Amino acid sequence: MDAFIVITLIKVVIVFATLMTTLLYLQWVERKVIAHIQVRPGPYRVGPHGLFQPFADVIKLITKEDLIPPYVSKPMYLAAPFIAMTMSLISISVIPFGPAIQVAGYSTWMQLTDLNIGVLFVLAVSSMGVYGIALAGWSSNNKYALLGGLRSSAQMVSYELPLSLAIAAPLLISNTLSLRELVERQGGSVAGAATASILNWNILHGPFPQILSFLIFLIAAFAETNRVPFDLPEAENELVAGFHVEYSSMKFASFFMAEYANMITVSCMAVLLFLGGWVAPWPARYGSSLVPAVIFAGAGVVALYHGTHPGHRRDRRTLPVFGVAFLAIAAFFLLPVVQAWLLPLFWFCAKTGSVLFTFMWVRGTLPRFRYDQLMGFTWKFLFPVAVMNLLVTSYLVAWWG
Amino acid sequence: MTLAIFLIFAVIAVVCAINVVVQTHPISSAISLVGVMGSLAVLYLQLGAEFIAAAQVIVYAGAIMVLFVFVIMLLNAGAEVKHGRSLTAQLLGAPLLVALLGLLAYFVQRLYPRGASVVFGGFKHGTPLDIGRALFTTYLLPFEATSILILIGIVGAIVLAQKELD
Repeated sequence: MDAFIVITLIKVVIVFATLMTTLLYLQWVERKVIAHIQVRPGPYRVGPHGLFQPFADVIKLITKEDLIPPYVSKPMYLAAPFIAMTMSLISISVIPFGPAIQVAGYSTWMQLTDLNIGVLFVLAVSSMGVYGIALAGWSSNNKYALLGGLRSSAQMVSYELPLSLAIAAPLLISNTLSLRELVERQGGSVAGAATASILNWNILHGPFPQILSFLIFLIAAFAETNRVPFDLPEAENELVAGFHVEYSSMKFASFFMAEYANMITVSCMAVLLFLGGWVAPWPARYGSSLVPAVIFAGAGVVALYHGTHPGHRRDRRTLPVFGVAFLAIAAFFLLPVVQAWLLPLFWFCAKTGSVLFTFMWVRGTLPRFRYDQLMGFTWKFLFPVAVMNLLVTSYLVAWWG
Repeated sequence: MTLAIFLIFAVIAVVCAINVVVQTHPISSAISLVGVMGSLAVLYLQLGAEFIAAAQVIVYAGAIMVLFVFVIMLLNAGAEVKHGRSLTAQLLGAPLLVALLGLLAYFVQRLYPRGASVVFGGFKHGTPLDIGRALFTTYLLPFEATSILILIGIVGAIVLAQKELD
């Protein structure tokens, strides 16, 4: 019992620290990705390749004046960022990152806690998150903020329907609501198992591959997280900044962090529901365990090459350091001792990262919807398609199983 | 531990429920109602009805109350103006409240005599599997009747909301 408490506390600290660092750097990654899509360097001044930019941003936000405008509804105004932040961070507690591992002779799961209604828990918590945005818009006593809050609550309620229906279809195939069992059904019961196969992931698994469902989930997830092309609640050219116009300093930052935490949660859910969680795309005996080492070694070699042919004066020193670091990571992935827990973690992070990259890619590519198009799209197209997909899936599952 | 959690959330539920009535602004009342539903969900969870708890939060707190808040925000409803209470309310309010609570306590006592106490986690049929099976076998007719009622409600809403075309 004592060991359980200690290990759980350690896991909580590790997960929280990792989540916070990811939140911090996700913004840097996003700025870099969008900058390169738009053919400009992006953050470059603070540290090598702007790597310390997030810390500069945090210091700026903390030291800014935290003002509360007069005539706001004070309790709601103060509670709104807190609600948004809390609801977006809670979901991470049920998300499994990998299979059971041995730590000092004690077996534990790479997950904080497993609920037998894990999927419903994530849905419930994320559906509460809309209050943060709606209350922020209302309590600010500002027309633009109110319009932003209204748009976001209407949008989130509408897109929750296709989202839930898209989630229900893979659940029918996996026949469980627990996120851990969901991955086990997709072939992840044992780390590096011979059964690991891309064909067992719900997105490709019979009787009915859930490709359509995955696309609906992704589109609805963009809307749920208020991201481009569905970022009407914070459309700058119409609403100044939307629901957080009147917020400054850390209160503004917490809305920002809530948005990025929601992105991470949604990406994790997409990976767990459709992309097989921590399962490798093909078995280890055909070399899937070598993929991370090859990727990192390749990145290291590229960095070393560019270090010897620098395009910028500073790159002569920084890029070789990165190259050596990448090569060291590649070597670390080849150690048999760490492979049991590092490989599942790598695949989970790689898949989640790919989904997150899609979020950024779309943001750098697509223009914004008009509001009536947004509502017409979900009610007249996405919702019927999701219903049809669910009907076909359940019919086939009943017929085959 | 379970008792402490029960007491905490029972108190939160009651305080939020009183707050729904006491608050003068509709938004504050609506948010208090969300608090009631959230703490009720925790109580369901303690009893072992995890699916009901999740559905309570998803459907009531996450969808219906969001629509309430949305409409209140859209209509920009102002704070309620308090008039002086009428003489009848002043005289009869407290005795009627005591009588109601006494009646409720009496019926609870009659229906559930001593010994038949509730056990935390004692309800074993709260999984999604059990609920689904019960809804589609034992209670199929009430379930379908409810869905028809909801359909009628939707049709009525569309009829009321459509503009006159002539």
